[in-house]
Amino acid sequence: MSTLEVSVWRGGESGHFQDFEVPRLESQTVLDVVTHIQRRLDPTLSYRFSCRVGMCGSCAMTVNGKARWTCRTHVSTVAESGKLEIGPLSNLPVVKDLVTDMAPFFDKWAQAKGEFRGSRTRHDDFAVVKPETLSRKLVDEAIECIGCGVCYSSCDVVSWKPEYLGPAALNRAWTLVNDVRDVGQQERLGAIAGDAGCHACHTQMTCTERCPKFLSPTKSIAGLKRVVLTAALKGNL
Amino acid sequence: MRAQVLLWAAQRASAAILAVCVLVHLVTIVYAVRNGLTASEILARTSGSVFWTAFYALFVAAVAVHAPIGLRNVLAETFAWRGRSLEAAMLLLAFVLAFGGWRAVYAVVAV
Repeated sequence: MSTLEVSVWRGGESGHFQDFEVPRLESQTVLDVVTHIQRRLDPTLSYRFSCRVGMCGSCAMTVNGKARWTCRTHVSTVAESGKLEIGPLSNLPVVKDLVTDMAPFFDKWAQAKGEFRGSRTRHDDFAVVKPETLSRKLVDEAIECIGCGVCYSSCDVVSWKPEYLGPAALNRAWTLVNDVRDVGQQERLGAIAGDAGCHACHTQMTCTERCPKFLSPTKSIAGLKRVVLTAALKGNL
Repeated sequence: MRAQVLLWAAQRASAAILAVCVLVHLVTIVYAVRNGLTASEILARTSGSVFWTAFYALFVAAVAVHAPIGLRNVLAETFAWRGRSLEAAMLLLAFVLAFGGWRAVYAVVAV
């Protein structure tokens, strides 16, 4: 049986890579490799996962230098030379080994006013949002984010400017800006504008290239820039 | 916040102007060099020219707007320099670029 040479980050912000040999199996995912290490070789290894099928966004790690969802990343696509280097996500504090503290990531969703604010009560009728309207189509393009943090970890602007809201939070804001039911638009535009908001994006598109759900946060951010500029020129910001 | 958005818009707008200005400027340089024009021949063409005065005055204005806003981002991202000192330094740079640039334009278009 062939084996994989796997280097895994151990420790917190400071630490080292520890080498393991893992049996190479058919259709093996990177998450399978990490699970093998924890269950068979070193039970003290910490990592995070939940659904294993690409729905929950828990298992993102840095694999051979790039942020990926590990449950749906086949070893065959990333370990051409039979070697894997697995570390925690960049741009987030490391708790231990492969586990990062996701709080700064989700705090920025809140800062970007990423929560829906409606005006109807349970006594009102359902809002009708037709699927063929432009605003709903724009929402559909961006809504499938699973919050894995791959885009945030891959974004150079986040690493240069830690207060930058990042691709995922801004993508979320874009889905709400296009939600015709939402009544918190004014406050949201104020929250996502400016040097720490959508205008910090350099359109490098790493987020779009790495998004495992094939979303385009870059496009969402470009849309926000247009909407915010229009509001600023009208004096509504 | 609104000021930051307007700075961003000003940088985009000045970039659009610069794209045209740089192209015209480069073509003009190549034309002048290939035809072997002397300095005095060039000055004879630019002196008193309303077109070249307007063109290079606009070019300098676009540079004076575009460069400090871009540098402001670079300094903020590379050296974490933020706040009023950065804004003041970039405003000063804008004045230096505008003054130096327009002075040079005046030198070649003055009759």
